[in-house]
Amino acid sequence: MAVKLEARDIRLEYYQPRTDTRLVALDGVNLTVMDGEFVSIVGPSGCGKTTFLSVVDGLIAATNGRVMVNGRVVSRPGPDRAVVFQDASLLPWRTVERNVVYGLECLGIADAEAKARARKFIDMVGLSGFEHHYPHELSGGMQQRVNLARALVMDPEVLLMDEPFAALDAQTREGMQEELLRIWLQAKKTVLFITHQIDEAIYLSDRVVVFSGRPGRVKEIIEVGMERPRRLTVKREARFHAIEDRIWGLIEEDLKSRIAGDRPPDTPRD
Amino acid sequence: MATAEIELDAGASAHPSTLARFYREHERSIIGGGTLLAVLLIWEGVARSGLVDPLFLSSPIQIVKAGIDLFEGGEIWTHIQVSGSEFLLGYALSVAIGIPLGLATGWYRRLSYLLGPFIDALNAVPRLTLMPIIVIWFGIGIWSKAVVAFLGAVLPILIATNSGVRTSEARYLQVARSFSASELKIFTSIILPGTVPFIFTGLKYGIGRALLGVVVGELYAATAGLGYMIGEAGDTFQTSVVFFGVLIFTATGLVSVGVLDALERRFETWRPKAGAAS
Repeated sequence: MAVKLEARDIRLEYYQPRTDTRLVALDGVNLTVMDGEFVSIVGPSGCGKTTFLSVVDGLIAATNGRVMVNGRVVSRPGPDRAVVFQDASLLPWRTVERNVVYGLECLGIADAEAKARARKFIDMVGLSGFEHHYPHELSGGMQQRVNLARALVMDPEVLLMDEPFAALDAQTREGMQEELLRIWLQAKKTVLFITHQIDEAIYLSDRVVVFSGRPGRVKEIIEVGMERPRRLTVKREARFHAIEDRIWGLIEEDLKSRIAGDRPPDTPRD
Repeated sequence: MATAEIELDAGASAHPSTLARFYREHERSIIGGGTLLAVLLIWEGVARSGLVDPLFLSSPIQIVKAGIDLFEGGEIWTHIQVSGSEFLLGYALSVAIGIPLGLATGWYRRLSYLLGPFIDALNAVPRLTLMPIIVIWFGIGIWSKAVVAFLGAVLPILIATNSGVRTSEARYLQVARSFSASELKIFTSIILPGTVPFIFTGLKYGIGRALLGVVVGELYAATAGLGYMIGEAGDTFQTSVVFFGVLIFTATGLVSVGVLDALERRFETWRPKAGAAS
């Protein structure tokens, strides 16, 4: 299997003019994601996991280190990566279809072709018949499906997902997790998925990366090693709980040492 | 028990009496129109009772009569034409300049640094203090009034448009950047649609300001126009004529805002219907 995405020695510092200090948000983050792999990053809030995703997307420039997709260094957003945003961030003045074609429009792809491509992915996320609905006419789960279709239609090398199900209620979230795995198997994409929900990370992923906070760095990488396709019932199995406990332990350790270290809580939101 | 009650309730609201339903569907017009009618009736009653000198108060019927006389006399058409031209010229100019300039100053930080002091100063000064200078520059014809109307309306339009651009939601901008949208694409696909509601707010506010400019300008220096007519009528104690002039301005304002509301609704089909608390 080939390496699809590689982040090497990512360091990110923010200058804070008010206190005249430099805040280290990410410190020496290394991560490799193989072609077709599903990798999640979990960690306490404020650990810099979303910031890391923004660096990978190229929205934030790293102070040091580099991000490579297929061995090519990337430093700004490009069509080889597409983000599924945390709050669906659909453009409210565009219908479902117009939202899904947005990225293609930005690339200057002809309208007819863009629409044809959009149709396929609107269908894949199960929203056929809703093409001409506006976002406010959709439920939260449906909005996230549009968000996903908008990224998938770009046919990116890597799909970057930033806590896409965080705002959904528990049942919808579980449904969406199952949906996502189905779509992932169908679309055969490499996925980097950010979440603070440990069970979500385990259920979805081949590997789970545990971040520790302030500054954000990789604490440990855990191989999930459960067969696919997975059903939601896997979450109730003993081996699942074992992995969950282990990750919980790592995060707890981190939180305890942070409280003991008594660092100021002025880290930017992750 | 609870289910039975809920069903009962649902049954009751499913078949209300025709009258009750008519009221509920037209509640707004009934309450609003009723109040207006009551005020007019009380006004007419007080005027007729002789409690107050009709010179002070006039009365709804006398105002209507004065209106009919004015239209029969024919002279009012000239006033309407003059005031209408001043209003339309001034307002059109303020839209043509206010919206583009608001967009530009919201989008280009340096341009806003450049023009900011002038805009703030012009916003701070009571525009009517400039009246004498405007008359010296533009005479007492329609152009001086058009300029006052313009000065009144352009700032609300410009400032509302500007803040619409500057409050563009960061998360939409982030989406656009993530999809490598060009600056032009960001402007047309994110900034402009998000600014439309702000522009309409400015446009509606500008209507009142432009009308104010026309009236005050005409009161100050003019040879024709509805403001001029109102001033003349006031000097000669023709209260009914004054009120009729006020009525025309009010109607113009209401109709203009109504047209803008309708236009806005066409632009805003994507917006959730909200704010209709009962």
